[in-house]
Amino acid sequence: MGNWDWGVFLEDPGGRIPTYWQWLVQAWGWTLAVSLCALVVALVLGSVIGVIRTLPASPWLVRFGNAWVELFRNIPLLVQIFIWYHVVPKLFPVMAGLPPFVLVVFALGLFTSSRIAEQLRSGIQALPKGQRYAGMAMGFTTAQYYRYVILPMAYRIILPPLTSESMNIFKNSSVAFAVSIPEMIQFAMQAGEETSRVTEMYLAVTVLYVISAMVINRLMVWIEKRVRIPGFVVAGGTGGH
Amino acid sequence: MNLDLSFFNWQVVSSFLLKGFYFSVTLTVVATLGGIVFGTLLAMMRLSGKKWLDMPASIYVNGMRSIPLVMVILWFFLLVPNIIGRPIGPEYSAIITFVAFEAAYFSEIMRAGIQSIPRGQVFAGQAMGMTYGQSMKLVILPQAFRNMLPVLLTQTIILFQDTSLVYAIGAYDLFKGFDTAGKNYGRPEEAYLAAAVTYFVLCYSLSWLVKRLHKKIAIIR
Repeated sequence: MGNWDWGVFLEDPGGRIPTYWQWLVQAWGWTLAVSLCALVVALVLGSVIGVIRTLPASPWLVRFGNAWVELFRNIPLLVQIFIWYHVVPKLFPVMAGLPPFVLVVFALGLFTSSRIAEQLRSGIQALPKGQRYAGMAMGFTTAQYYRYVILPMAYRIILPPLTSESMNIFKNSSVAFAVSIPEMIQFAMQAGEETSRVTEMYLAVTVLYVISAMVINRLMVWIEKRVRIPGFVVAGGTGGH
Repeated sequence: MNLDLSFFNWQVVSSFLLKGFYFSVTLTVVATLGGIVFGTLLAMMRLSGKKWLDMPASIYVNGMRSIPLVMVILWFFLLVPNIIGRPIGPEYSAIITFVAFEAAYFSEIMRAGIQSIPRGQVFAGQAMGMTYGQSMKLVILPQAFRNMLPVLLTQTIILFQDTSLVYAIGAYDLFKGFDTAGKNYGRPEEAYLAAAVTYFVLCYSLSWLVKRLHKKIAIIR
């Protein structure tokens, strides 16, 4: 420590990539790709599970949803990633050909889906019961009143926790280092070892994490502003009106 | 593929798993207690209304919360030996890291807890002639702790799960125990499944207990 040597980023790691800074940018791309793909999986599955946990008169679907949430949130992410990477392809030969990237996206996506499902459930249950009854009274089917009455409000309520969840998914993608996904932590460890310039590598990666977190935060705040309905209070997440 | 769990006997448990389990629990307990103490101090700094106390605490908390835990673990493992001037094992490094990291998260919980106490309580303390320290210690913090107890315990369960991330620096925790046992017996798949089941049983029972406690506290009030 003490003497900085930022020139190290211009050196050649001796592989396909010409310099360390280009390798870093590529690693950043991997981090973003894992996070964004996992976020899509998590949003889709989390929405489905969150909705079926609030369906009236379908106790088995509710139980399935509850079991899903308990399963994926009570096992550490690292263990889940190892299961997806090492165990799932062996148990289900169909999945043996899948690239590690896809397996990690599933691991991170399903892990996060349980948290989004929980937020959506509490968002839906925070709505006054009258909203649901109003939908029924209008002659809507269950699918219709969810689509046109409940979900548009519930999603607006849960936008703030969704913001922190998308920042979490970005931070959690770092756990993918354990199964050799070439994301930023993997880069920091490998490049640090190769160059013996560990502090510089760690600093660069840390700064990229902080910047990305801020960008995601701004982006979500922007979305929150875009979808806001005047007169409909969403801040605080305590329910509509 | 056939799963063969027969290699799991008492010998595997006692020679591979117990040591790791003991470390995971120690790490969780120390980080929770240390995190709550430092987290409460950070929360009080942020709510003090004095800029020179608020600003460093805010930077610390927001900084810690925008970096992945794995990165923080790596940083401390790199920096702590430089600061104290001698090499340090991954286990000790992990304990220092988790106390420092969790303090940021616990401080957010404690801040919400302190803010959940009506302002009138603070004024009541002042009217009784209490100093800032006295009203904090005797009036505000006991209520804040009780309001936030379920959240604090939930954070502790998350913390217990996060201890598995010390994998990054090779510390010997519960997961490492399963990992090592699986590799030694050539049965990594079974070991990872057993790890998942173990963590699930532990965390699910703990969160069930927290839920019950939550109900009990809710009734008292």
